Amino acid sequence: MDKPTRQFHVRIQEALNDPQIRANFRRAMDGLMTKRANMFPDPVELERLRDLGAAVRRNALAQLPELLERLEAKCAENGITVHWAESVDEANRIVLDICRRHSAKSVIKGKSMVSEEMELNHYLGEFGIEALEADLGEYIVQLAGQLPSHIVMPAIHMNTRQIAELFAEKLEGVGYIEDAEELTKVAREILRHKFFDADVGVSGVNFAVAETGSLVLIENEGNGRLTTTAPPVHVAVTGIEKVVENLEDVTPLLSLLPRSATGQNVTTYVNMISGPRRDGERDGPQEVHLLLLDNGRTRIHADPELRQTLQCIRCSACMNHCPVYARIGGHAYGTVYPGPIGEILMPQILGCEEVGALPGASSLCGACGEVCPVRIPIPKMLVRLRKEAVDNTGASPVKGGGAQRSFGEAATWKGWEKVHASPALYRLATRTATAMGGLPALGPLKTWASVREVPKPAAKTLHQRLEERGNSR
Amino acid sequence: MSGSRENILRRLRDSRETGAAVGRDFTVIEDLQWSGDEAVARFTGLMRAVNTEVHETTREAWPAKLAELCVAKQVMRLALAADTPVGQAARSVLLDTSVETVAYSRDIEDWREELFFQVDAGLSTAAGGIVETGSLFLQTGPDEPRLLSLVPPIHFVVLSRADFANTLLEMLRRHDLAAGMPTNVLLISGPSKTADIEQTLVYGVHGPRQLVVLLTD
Amino acid sequence: MEAEHAYPGQRPRQVYLFGTCLVDLFFPEAGVDTVSLLEREGVKVIYPKDQTCCGQPAYNSGYHDEARIVARQQVRLFPGDAPVVVPSGSCASMMKHHYLDLFRGEPDFADVEALSRRVYELTEFLVRVLNVRLNDLGAPEKVAIHTACHARREMGVAGDADALVDQLANVERVGFTRQTECCGFGGTFAVKHGPISAAMVSEKVDCIEAAAPDRLVGGDCGCLMNIGGHMRHRGSPVKVQHIASLLWERTDG
Repeated sequence: MDKPTRQFHVRIQEALNDPQIRANFRRAMDGLMTKRANMFPDPVELERLRDLGAAVRRNALAQLPELLERLEAKCAENGITVHWAESVDEANRIVLDICRRHSAKSVIKGKSMVSEEMELNHYLGEFGIEALEADLGEYIVQLAGQLPSHIVMPAIHMNTRQIAELFAEKLEGVGYIEDAEELTKVAREILRHKFFDADVGVSGVNFAVAETGSLVLIENEGNGRLTTTAPPVHVAVTGIEKVVENLEDVTPLLSLLPRSATGQNVTTYVNMISGPRRDGERDGPQEVHLLLLDNGRTRIHADPELRQTLQCIRCSACMNHCPVYARIGGHAYGTVYPGPIGEILMPQILGCEEVGALPGASSLCGACGEVCPVRIPIPKMLVRLRKEAVDNTGASPVKGGGAQRSFGEAATWKGWEKVHASPALYRLATRTATAMGGLPALGPLKTWASVREVPKPAAKTLHQRLEERGNSR
Repeated sequence: MSGSRENILRRLRDSRETGAAVGRDFTVIEDLQWSGDEAVARFTGLMRAVNTEVHETTREAWPAKLAELCVAKQVMRLALAADTPVGQAARSVLLDTSVETVAYSRDIEDWREELFFQVDAGLSTAAGGIVETGSLFLQTGPDEPRLLSLVPPIHFVVLSRADFANTLLEMLRRHDLAAGMPTNVLLISGPSKTADIEQTLVYGVHGPRQLVVLLTD
Repeated sequence: MEAEHAYPGQRPRQVYLFGTCLVDLFFPEAGVDTVSLLEREGVKVIYPKDQTCCGQPAYNSGYHDEARIVARQQVRLFPGDAPVVVPSGSCASMMKHHYLDLFRGEPDFADVEALSRRVYELTEFLVRVLNVRLNDLGAPEKVAIHTACHARREMGVAGDADALVDQLANVERVGFTRQTECCGFGGTFAVKHGPISAAMVSEKVDCIEAAAPDRLVGGDCGCLMNIGGHMRHRGSPVKVQHIASLLWERTDG
C-alpha cells in the first residue's frame, strides 16, 4: 500500500473511532435525507426534472468551448473582465494581481469551492492580504484552522458545544455561549465590519450564463450578496464547466439544487449579476472579474464518459446519501471535495498517485447515483476510475492512471481468472474447499472475521446437488 | 495569460464526441400552474413558512399599513427610492409619523457608514412574485440600488398580485430577460438565514432579519 | 441505471439457472429451493454445469480484462431463448447491465446483448413472469427483508420480494430504520475497507434487531453472509436466510 493510501486508511480509522464525528454526521445526514425526500413528493415529476437538468448540463459540456467564448464576449459587453487560468497557481496569481492593483489589504469571501481548490486564503495570506470567509460555516472552519468537511455545510462535523468553545477561545471578548442564535449574532457583528472595510470581494459562481453574460449565485445568509456588492471590486472564481447556454437553462438547475442539497425549495437569495455598477447606479462594485479555472477539467472533458463528472452542480446530495461518508465524514477523504463526487473528481484532478485509492472507498450501493439531480452515473464512474487506477496499458486518459496497480493484487486477479475461466479447475477448487470444510481466517479474511463469523463451505456444492437432482447439463 | 485561454479552448476542441447541442424539454416546468386563489395561498404559505411577514392589503391602503408596521417595529429611519411611485407614496404617508425617510439617491461611497449602521429598514418594489417557490422577483437599478434590500435589518417590499408568475421560467420569459439583463436580478425568499451551527435554523445573518411583504391587489 | 423490463407474454416452459458462486459454495440450499419453487410452477430448470462466477468481483475491482474472460465463459452457456434466472440481484445486474459495458466494442457484443435481455432476478421472475400464488402453511412469524442495493437500484425489483412475502398469510412483514441503506458488503469493499464495512453492518444489525423479526431474508447471499455473519458473531437470535428458502419452506406441502 502506498503512503497516501495508508494515510487515507489512518484518517478513516480515526474518524470511525471518534464518537462525536459519528454522531454529528449520522444525525445531520439522516436529517438531510428526510428533507430531500419531502421536497420531491412526486417521483414522476422528479425524474422529468432530472432529465431536464441532465440535458442542460450535457448540452453545456457538448458545446463547452463555443459557450465559453460566448460567455466571455457577453461578459465583456456587460463590463465583466474574464480571465483564464490553466492551473491553481496561475489562478492565484491573477487574483493577487487584481488585489495589488487596488492596494487591497482585506478580502472578504463568499462561499466558493473553487477558491478552496485554489487554497486562495492561504496564498493571499502569504502576501499579507487577509482573506476572511463570510459564510458562517466557512468562517467557523477558518477560525478552527480546518478545511470544510462538506461542500454545502462546511462545519457540519462540529456541534454547538464545539463551536461555542472555538469562539470563546479564538475571539477576543467572547465568552462561552452554547447557543446557535447567539453565536450567529457574534459572527454577524464581526463580519459586518469586515464587509464594511473589505477592499475586494471574492465569490464562487453556481452557473454562468453564456447567452446573457450573467453570474448566478445562490445562498441563504446574504454573505454572497454582500461580497459581490459591498466592496469596490468583485472577483468571481469558477471552474470552466459551470457555464450553461441559455438564461432559461438555469431554471431546472435552480429547482433541483437546493431541494437536493438542503431540502429547501429555493434558497433565500438567488443573485444574478450581469455587470459592475452602470452609469446612474448608486452601488455595486466598480469592477467585476470572472476567473475561469481549468485545473484538470479539460483533461476530464476529453473523455466522453469521464466528462459526465463535469455535469456536477455541487449540490452534495451524493455525500448526504452515502453510507460511507455518513460514517467517516468529509475530512477523512483528505480532499477539497469529499464523498462520492470527490471520489470520482479528485483522482482526475490530483492524479491516481495521490488519491487513486479514493474510488475504492465505496460499496457501490448506488445511493449517490440514485439522487444525483443531473444524473451523473457515479457508481459506474467509480468502477471506471478503479479500472484506470490499476490500468496496465499505459494509455489511461486519467492522470497517473495505473499508479495503484500492485503486483500482488494483479496476480491475485489473474489467479482468480484462471480458476473461474476453467470449469474443471473451478469444480476442483470448490470441491476441495468443501472437503476441507473451511478456510483459515488469514489475510483479508482476518478483517472479515473480526466482526463476523467466517462462512463455511457447504458439505456439497450446488453443482453437486443439482447434478444429483438431474438439473445439470 | 492569453496563452492559457488558447490552450484551454484548444484542448476542449480536441475532445471527442462534442459539438452537437442537446435538446431540452421544459414542459415539466411549464406544466406548473396555479389558479388565482391557489396562487395567493401557495405564495403566502411558502413565504410565511420561511418566516416572512405577509400582509394582504390594497393599492390604496398599503402606505398606511407600512406606516403602522414601521411604528410597531420601532423603525426610526427607513431608506427608500426617491422617485418611484412606491417611494413617493411611502414618503408622503410617513411625513406624519416619527419615522424619518432617507432617499437612496446618493452614491454608496457618500453614505456607506450611515447605511450600514444607522438605517433600520429599507423599502423596495418587487417586479413580481414567483408562486412555485414563494419568491420575490426584484430588479435593482438606479432607483432601487442593490444594497437597499440587503443591508438594513428590516426589508419591506411592495408586491402586486397582478405581477405573479407561476415559475421563474415564466417570469424570465415575461420580462424577456434573455434579451438583456439588468446589472442585478434577485429572487428573495425570506429573511436571511443560516443552519450552519448544528443545523439549527437562525434568521438574520448577513442580510435582513425581517422580511415584510405588502401584498396588494 | 434504469431497469428495463421486458417480460415474455406467456410462461416459459424451461429456464436456465445461473446459481452464482456464493450460492454454489456457501448457500447451495438457496439454489436448491430456487429450483423447487420454479419446478412447482411447471418450469423445467436447466443448470449448465460449466458455470462459475459472473465476473463481478474483478469487474468492481477494476480488473476488467480478467472479468471479461470469466464473463465470456458464462455467456456461451445459455444458448437459445430461455430466460436466465439468478437468485441474486447483484449478479443478475452484472449480467443484465454491466456486461453491456464490459463487452462494448467486443466481437461477441451481440451475443452478450441477447443474453442480457433474458436475465431475471429470482423474485422478479416469480412475480412478474410466473405470477406465482403462494399458499402459506407455516406458523405465524415476523419477517424482515433486506433488499440488496443492486436489486433495488439497478434491477428495480425491491417491490417483488415484498410482494412475495406479503402473499404468505401467516407472515407479518416488518420494516426497520434505514432499511434502504447498504449493509456494508460491497464485495471486495468488505475486505479493502473492513473497518467502514464493519461499522455499516453493525448499525444495520442494530436496526434489524430493533424491529425484532424472527427471520431476516434477502435475495443476495453476499449481504446475507455479511449480515448473518455479524449476527452470529454477536449472538443475535434472528435467523438469516435466502428468500427462496423462506418461500419454499413455508409453502412446501
